Amino acid sequence: MRKYPSRLWVLVLLLALGLLPLFAGEYYVNLSSQMLIAVIFASSLNLLVGYAGLTSLGHATYLGLSAYFSAWLGIKLGLGHAFTAPLAMALTTLVAMVFGWIALRATGLGFLMLTLALSQIIWGLAYRWVSVTNGDNGLSGLTRPTLPGIDLNVSANFYWFSLVVTTLCVAVIYQFANSPFGASIEGTKHQARRMSAMGYNVWAIRWITYVVAGFFGAVAGLLYVYFNKYIHPSVFSIAASAEVLLCVIAGGASTIIGPMIGAVLIVFLKSFASAYIERWTMLMGFVFLLIVMFLPRGLVFAQWPSWLQFKGKGHSKASGLGVKS
Amino acid sequence: MQIWTLQTLNSLALGGLLFMLSSGFSLIFGLMRIANLTHGALFMLGTYVAATLVRQGQSLIVSALVSMLCMAVVGGLLERVILRRLSGNAQGQVLATLGLSFIAADFCLYVWGGDPIAVSTPALFQAPLEFLGVRFPTYRLVVLAVSLGVALALYLLMERTRLGAMIRAAVDDMGMARAVGIPASLLFTVVFCLGAGLAGFGGALAAPIFNAYPGLDADMLPLALIVVILGGVGSLFGTFIGSFIVGFVYSFGIFLVPDLAYVILFLPMVIVIAFKPQGLFGRAA
Repeated sequence: MRKYPSRLWVLVLLLALGLLPLFAGEYYVNLSSQMLIAVIFASSLNLLVGYAGLTSLGHATYLGLSAYFSAWLGIKLGLGHAFTAPLAMALTTLVAMVFGWIALRATGLGFLMLTLALSQIIWGLAYRWVSVTNGDNGLSGLTRPTLPGIDLNVSANFYWFSLVVTTLCVAVIYQFANSPFGASIEGTKHQARRMSAMGYNVWAIRWITYVVAGFFGAVAGLLYVYFNKYIHPSVFSIAASAEVLLCVIAGGASTIIGPMIGAVLIVFLKSFASAYIERWTMLMGFVFLLIVMFLPRGLVFAQWPSWLQFKGKGHSKASGLGVKS
Repeated sequence: MQIWTLQTLNSLALGGLLFMLSSGFSLIFGLMRIANLTHGALFMLGTYVAATLVRQGQSLIVSALVSMLCMAVVGGLLERVILRRLSGNAQGQVLATLGLSFIAADFCLYVWGGDPIAVSTPALFQAPLEFLGVRFPTYRLVVLAVSLGVALALYLLMERTRLGAMIRAAVDDMGMARAVGIPASLLFTVVFCLGAGLAGFGGALAAPIFNAYPGLDADMLPLALIVVILGGVGSLFGTFIGSFIVGFVYSFGIFLVPDLAYVILFLPMVIVIAFKPQGLFGRAA
């Protein structure tokens, strides 16, 4: 049976996070906002990588597309944030539907290669289609939305806004992953053939997961573009897709908490490291290697001293779906 | 007329370079089920090594051969030291090669800096050939000829030699191949060296066309992926055809609709994937 995290601990954590801007400096508040965005983004990818067992190397597409759609609709069509936000999410989800259909013609490494190729096409488009994307200059001069009575340009306000959105997203993702449908997603990961023998439409389950992951990627993209007020084609780069994948894997795929921990650590590492060294990309490469070679299941499954041990629910223990092949 | 000939030759040369890049990727994938994402980086490293040697006064051919050897060694080490430890863990292997590709890309940036290094075409091939009043850029023709030579050599290697027969056997049925005494472990290293060497060689030959610049890896890797997705992973002939399709579509795409070249690249891939998910000449998994 699944264990729900104690409500109390979640509340204490949220309270602590909510109080953070009262004693942390501006720099740390902004850093925390970035962490929250990364948490949504990594959690969305975790649906694919962790629960469905489909390693995508193109998830940055959805963050980037949603950010670009929002920026473009605002700048070129002059729409307000009330229109651009839902439109950007809808359009991005639409792209996820199409790309999901293409990428899921394959599974495993084929899926990975297709997602990488598709994301690189969008990356090339963002660089080359200058009349729309402004090419290498990116789109600047963007604004944050205004909520009644709250100025999101104040970093603490933006942080609280991100905290609310992140909490909502993670809660929904948690419910989704722990729903009967979530169980069927894990079923397609472990026992695809048995699942289809039992009458589940494995392909459709994977496709829906892909689209849902794309949708939450789009939410992260909106926060990303609001935070930065600027968007550049590099959001689509392989490095961006790899970074979010690293968050998921470093933390521990197929747990709710793992990708959140991974996202916080990677954003912290990135900001901390860039203060001292120029070579974040190289460091990320080494972190990738270290994680893959020495902590393949991620930090939450690592052999910690017993008092630090994460009492999580590993997919293979909790799913209860048949014997491992 | 002139511009069309030029574009056609550009496409053919790009197709040839893509073949040298993707055939190695495809061979490695076919034999070991490893999607080697360092392949773009190996190509770029080859370009940089060649660019450096040419600047020091070596001829391009010597530089290309040295690049090939260097990359073959790098590839062999990669397989022996890192990928071997992760055997059986396909996802881990891909992620390890991904991490390595970042390390390699940043290494190039560190060593050679951010500015592109221009490499001049060898003096011998600088003058264009004139035929029926149309001028052909000679170096493009040379690249095409060399890549056709490489393709022929690979074909002969795979179909006519003992080594090729062993590789084919291992691709078909690894367990059986091992059982009859084929040294699969050695084959892995050999194929990895071969694939990496081809990428380095292609990268070196590409130096006068593309120049060496940071980001070359990220430009080439997706093209190689599209080639193998189109042609079918593991199929040498499919890779050959796929390379030239992508070469043409990309070159003409950039020439005719520069803004949307990448979208046009997307079309043949989607069409093929929609009807034949295993690629044009791939075998069903």
